[in-house]
Amino acid sequence: MPPDIEGIAEQVFVALADPSRRAILAALASDGPATATDLASRLPITRQAIAKHLGLLADAGLVTAELGERRRIRYRLHSAPMQVAQQFLAALARDWDGRLDALRDHLDK
Amino acid sequence: MGFPDRIERVVEIAHPPAKVWAALTTAEGLGSWFGDKAMIDLRPGGAAQMKFGSEHTADMRVERVEEPTVFGFTWHIYGLPDDDPRRTYVEFTLEPTGAGTRLTVVESGFAQLPDDAYHKAYDGNTGGWASELGELVEYLDAA
Repeated sequence: MPPDIEGIAEQVFVALADPSRRAILAALASDGPATATDLASRLPITRQAIAKHLGLLADAGLVTAELGERRRIRYRLHSAPMQVAQQFLAALARDWDGRLDALRDHLDK
Repeated sequence: MGFPDRIERVVEIAHPPAKVWAALTTAEGLGSWFGDKAMIDLRPGGAAQMKFGSEHTADMRVERVEEPTVFGFTWHIYGLPDDDPRRTYVEFTLEPTGAGTRLTVVESGFAQLPDDAYHKAYDGNTGGWASELGELVEYLDAA
């Protein structure tokens, strides 16, 4: 496993630990790329706070900046780091302890 | 953080290997303890499917069948997009112990990433922001 995979997953979890950043990611996921101003008008978060959060999300590789209409910078969701974090969650979700308990119960019937 | 690539469990079961083998490799057995409903074509390369409730279905491919000691299959990594080609490998090993069975299950491959996905994630992580802004500045300068 490349050593940076853990670092990528960790940044994703840090990014998702904040409710404002989750709201920004959810807005980009549901409605597509948006400018900081668009996001400020849709979410109960100040324009200044949104800019700060977008900076952190960009550092984590979760959003990328691009040039939108009228040359405004808009932000787009970038899903690759989330797929890395999902693999970590998938290992936890397999729950072999629960499955093997169920196997024993089944055999004891 | 600790990113597990491999999960391993060993359990002692008070039933003989033949009975455990049937629970692991038949539709009736799998549908009783693993999923709510199952089908399986028990041969290497054969397809198996498990239904969990009415919403979630897991498609598996049988990889190893050495009755009654080794049963292995691959399946999709839960949570990744349906078309993602990555799969984990699950292998059950049965050893007789007196009147019972020592069952070992190993699931491996959680940390695998194809090179392109790794670079996509990594590049986005380190260089994405700087290069995007650099391109933006160049674009604006040229306009």
